[in-house]
Amino acid sequence: MIRVVLPAHLRTLAQVSGEVQLDVAGPVTSRSILDALEARYPMLQGTIRDHVTKERRAFVRFFACQEDLSHDSPDAPLPDAVASGAEPFLVVGAIAGGIY
Amino acid sequence: MSKVRVLVGTRKGAFILESDGKRQKWDVSGPHFAGWELYHVKGSPVDPNRLYASQSSGWFGQLMQRSNDGGKTWEPVDNKFVYDGVPGTHKWYDGTPHPWEFKRVWHLEPSLTDPDTVYAGVEDAALFRTTDGGKSWNELAGLRGHGTGSGWQPGAGGLGLHTIILDPKDPKRIFIAISAAGAFRSDDAGATWKAINRGLRSEYIPDPNAEVGHCVHHMAMHPSRPGVLFMQKHWDVLRSDNAGDLWKEVNGNLPDDVGKRGFGFVIDVHAHEPETIYVVPIKSDSQHFPHEGKLRVYRSKTGGDEWEPLTKGLPQSNCYVNVLRDAMAIDSLDSCGVYFGTTGGQVYASADAGDSWMPIVRDLPAVLSVEVQTLA
Repeated sequence: MIRVVLPAHLRTLAQVSGEVQLDVAGPVTSRSILDALEARYPMLQGTIRDHVTKERRAFVRFFACQEDLSHDSPDAPLPDAVASGAEPFLVVGAIAGGIY
Repeated sequence: MSKVRVLVGTRKGAFILESDGKRQKWDVSGPHFAGWELYHVKGSPVDPNRLYASQSSGWFGQLMQRSNDGGKTWEPVDNKFVYDGVPGTHKWYDGTPHPWEFKRVWHLEPSLTDPDTVYAGVEDAALFRTTDGGKSWNELAGLRGHGTGSGWQPGAGGLGLHTIILDPKDPKRIFIAISAAGAFRSDDAGATWKAINRGLRSEYIPDPNAEVGHCVHHMAMHPSRPGVLFMQKHWDVLRSDNAGDLWKEVNGNLPDDVGKRGFGFVIDVHAHEPETIYVVPIKSDSQHFPHEGKLRVYRSKTGGDEWEPLTKGLPQSNCYVNVLRDAMAIDSLDSCGVYFGTTGGQVYASADAGDSWMPIVRDLPAVLSVEVQTLA
């Protein structure tokens, strides 16, 4: 079971509290996790990655195991600890620096 | 007894303000979608409990929300805005071609006859429509296909389509405005468009009388006279008596601003007097606050040129807020109500057509839009 931590705004949108747990078929990558996440919670489509290109939105980051995986290929295998559920896959809103 | 419901979009959520027809005591609910930018919230004139909201953030992009109970509960609907075909390019700030990129929905205009049909004006400028209550959005691509589209250039706030006016007497006629391309009209329900900028004079572009390139801030129309349009441009207040085919300046005695008059963002029309219009003059295009620190609504009862400042109940010293283009609305009660919101978070209401004002709320986040519904 894959564990995903969403930022507060997206937890509110998806009406979930705490971590989301997902079954991911095949290799565990950021793409396969987001595919499963959006299938379970369609209202998240377009909020983490572009509807069409599937590119990560500019101010969203992906962290896991104390690493920033944002710039890795979406098809790169994620760490075993994420695939086993020992560590969560974090979707994070980038630091804004204090705007508004 | 009649009621009014004021829908307020702010930088940090939406608020719903409700009162009876006296409009003296208000109930405030919100923030709805706390922390998100709500560019616009608007109700269906056919089914007033059907509301649509444009919710966005720099982090998570565009969301669309719909309510079927007057804003008590909301459900997210489709947020996929994809340009029709190959998007092509418009002109960037530096004059180079720039791909059309969807950024956000600026304005929502529900159909006058069908609660499931809504038009959406977006940045980069395009017109979308849903006919299924928000389950899907499709572009009316004839607008971007206008021959001038590749030359449209964004204003400082972006290339936003911010004004949509539906003609109540001719369902095929639609008016829209884009910063900084100008105004356009369709006479065939959005299939093809005509630039309607003749008479606009903009000294900040190479050809002041160009067909497009004008920074139109907002337009308004009285439903009883759909051929008469009023416009608040970057500089100048204008009117057209022939559905936009020709405009003339009606700045008249608006406050002098270093030899110019008429800068501002909002413009609206009295509910029962089609020649009575309202603007909020703002000092120049580089300061964006009221003249002399005095927040004054100007009213013309002659369709322009002759203006009177309305000040009773509004701050007349040390006021340096702005009033953005979609942040004024008019109710249709017998004694016409006028509402506007400021970037300082105040929403002011007048229950007597502007003669006197009171704040409904004072400390909201910066107000982006104000709409009002008159409920039976």
